[in-house]
Amino acid sequence: MAIRPIIASLSRHRIAALLIVFEIALAFAIVSNAVFLIRERLQRMDIVSGVADHQLVQVQMAYIGNEPDAEARAQVDIAALRQIPGVRDVALINQLPFADRSSNGGIKLGPRQRWNTVHVAEYFGQNIISTLGLRLIAGRKFSPGEYLGFGAVVRALHSDNQKELPHIVIVTEALAERLWPGQPALGKTFYMGNGIQFRVIGVITNLLRPEVPSIGADYSILLPIRISLQQAAGYIIRCAPQDRERVLKAAVATLKRIDPNRVLLKHRTFEQIRHAYFQNDRAMAGILVGVIAALLLTTAFGIAGLASFWVQQRTRQIGVRRALGARRVDILRYFQTENFLLATAGIALGCAAAIGINVWLMAHYAVPRLPIIYLPIGAVTLWLLGQLAVLGPALRAARVAPTTAMRAA
Amino acid sequence: MSSQNAYYLQLALRALQRNPVLTTLMVLALAVGIGTCMTTLTVLHVLSGDPLPGRSSDLYYPQIDPRDALSYRPGEEPMGQVTWTDGMNLLEAHRADRQALMTGGSVAVQSTRNGVDPFFEDALYTTAEFFPMFGVPFRYGHAWGAADDSSRARVAVISDALNRRVFGGGDSVGKVLRLNGAAFRVVGVLGDWHPSPHFYDMYVGSYAEPEGVYLPLSTSQDIKMDHNGPVDCWGNGGGGPRPAHTAPCVWLQFWVQLDSPAQVAAYRQFLVNYSAQQKSLGRFQRPPNVRLRSLMQWLSYNQVVPDDVRMQAWLALGFLLVCLVNTVGLLLAKFLRRSGEIGVRRALGASRRAIFMQLLIESGLVGLAGGVLGLLLTLLGLWAVRQQPSDYAKLAHLDPTMLLATFGLALAGSLLAGALPAWRACLIPPALQLKAQ
Repeated sequence: MAIRPIIASLSRHRIAALLIVFEIALAFAIVSNAVFLIRERLQRMDIVSGVADHQLVQVQMAYIGNEPDAEARAQVDIAALRQIPGVRDVALINQLPFADRSSNGGIKLGPRQRWNTVHVAEYFGQNIISTLGLRLIAGRKFSPGEYLGFGAVVRALHSDNQKELPHIVIVTEALAERLWPGQPALGKTFYMGNGIQFRVIGVITNLLRPEVPSIGADYSILLPIRISLQQAAGYIIRCAPQDRERVLKAAVATLKRIDPNRVLLKHRTFEQIRHAYFQNDRAMAGILVGVIAALLLTTAFGIAGLASFWVQQRTRQIGVRRALGARRVDILRYFQTENFLLATAGIALGCAAAIGINVWLMAHYAVPRLPIIYLPIGAVTLWLLGQLAVLGPALRAARVAPTTAMRAA
Repeated sequence: MSSQNAYYLQLALRALQRNPVLTTLMVLALAVGIGTCMTTLTVLHVLSGDPLPGRSSDLYYPQIDPRDALSYRPGEEPMGQVTWTDGMNLLEAHRADRQALMTGGSVAVQSTRNGVDPFFEDALYTTAEFFPMFGVPFRYGHAWGAADDSSRARVAVISDALNRRVFGGGDSVGKVLRLNGAAFRVVGVLGDWHPSPHFYDMYVGSYAEPEGVYLPLSTSQDIKMDHNGPVDCWGNGGGGPRPAHTAPCVWLQFWVQLDSPAQVAAYRQFLVNYSAQQKSLGRFQRPPNVRLRSLMQWLSYNQVVPDDVRMQAWLALGFLLVCLVNTVGLLLAKFLRRSGEIGVRRALGASRRAIFMQLLIESGLVGLAGGVLGLLLTLLGLWAVRQQPSDYAKLAHLDPTMLLATFGLALAGSLLAGALPAWRACLIPPALQLKAQ
């Protein structure tokens, strides 16, 4: 197919041709960035929490006013919850991945270091590893005698009493690799607060920080601190996935029976927590999909509209060509090639715009660099879209009878 | 409208009817573009609004830097909240026209009504001038006074919603409300109080509903009520729901009202002097580092409008641009398709200006139709936004400004889109077209 006559013909319809090129360029730039953003959101939602996502439920309760005996009463609650059929483990934990509260601290590698090396999430409570289903890959768990009460720890912090503070810690693999790259972490030490020393006694694979930052999402530590209901994100219970609803109901009933004066704040599965955490990402991905669809549809209409105008305008010219021996397929190819050329010009222009938009997004929003693979994806999409949109008008053109040329004259 | 323009209007209507599919497509594309754009812009407009119009320019949020010298970096922003000690010092200095110290919390409410189980309600622990400073409206009763603050009085102000839930509505001033097991006397019931964003304590959620219970800060500490919100500590500070008053932790918000620029300058100097004084006392270790942002500056510094909402607005603008380019292309095709008719009119003596006007009216009609349909789509879009679970979702309503803006955008867009094709079409030479036929 000769390209020359197509270009000659397009140059006589400069404005319309430029409009189509511009529209395709814009659509291409927006679509490739939007597809990338969708992919990014979906990836975010796929993040590994490190806990047994499908086996956990949470029951959060609160005392009215102050409960002086809270620690002892927590043990009664836990013992009763363990009696519920199907319950594998129960723990009071201060926070959970994706849940709405978080306790964080800064880590220093030396006692007099000025600035923190990293910030980490601090998980505490008894029996965390087995309840959350964390995987210990080196060292050991805390032994029951190593736990300290929360109240005592806070008092020791304020009076700077090193003896009453915890000095052992379990870290995630990611944090160990960040602090001591390539070295075994067991036995290593770091510092928190006013030079409080911690020695690593165990390493677990993953455990997400509650608010999931983009860098260091897995920088978490476990501390041997015992808490009561007041400092906890509630009772965390592990059971088989199919037992969750039943166990949740039974747990609420059991806790109400032990002390009817408590207020039930939350009772939900971990999956619900996770689902709620990503609601904005899911909404954003949905909106992006909607806009991409509307944008492609609009662009297709624009291409089809202009193409049918051109076909109508060139009816005589097509008739002449047919009369001079051009086959139907030649006419079809003519319009298809024309559209391909316009789309290619638009895509070339759109590449620059797509990168420009991405650079602007990176500067103003937390958006990473657009991987180059999204440009060919966008290009193929718009080439196909253009061909699909032009097919109708081009087929109509191909049906123009050779006699049209004579009749119109 | 002149009779000529009325004639053009007729012509335009007839022309648009001649090709209903193309006309519908144009109107639809424009409407979808406008609907998307106005939905996102309305959300953006609502979220970046002024929570206290008329009052916000006199309200300021002082920040100071009480942290230790060990981790000091010059040029760093001071902290976003204040410690108990600094908050009380600044409050008691009374250097502003009005001032209030506050922090969020959560209290157990026990109703004496039958069938209402105890429940937890968000609370604000604050000081007396909170109410006059922010112009909080009262339906019944009034705020508590400075004397109640200093005597740790068991008094409470409650929201209209809580009043209905606990007391079944009506004037509940003087009634007893049980909070965390203690008895409080209701002194006031609020009227319509929904500042958005929730500017005075953004840590509970920027667009959170206002709390149901307001208590004197001193009282909340007296009976050890739980604090809600972030506690940022340095050194050996430990957080938890009840930060110790001496702990090196910030967890309170402090607001002042300053009525004149001279007052603002004087207060800023006071903050510097205060920091220097605390440093000489050995409490502060860093050189004075203060900020005094106005309410709107504080909102923008905290970037209250979610990034996603901004991105959606840009995305919608890009989409509208594509829709407009599309409309330009389709109008061009439509007008040039009528080259014959235009040529005849030109040959019969119609001026270029007349042709231009006629075609512009035609595109204006498309714009008007697109605008009306776009408005309906905007209402539909906002309804969809309100179904979202985000805390700002319920705010997504169209106001008169945005309603006018929708029509302005539709008309301006379609006239702009119509101008180029109309100009191109009125260049059609009269004779040539006749010959071509």
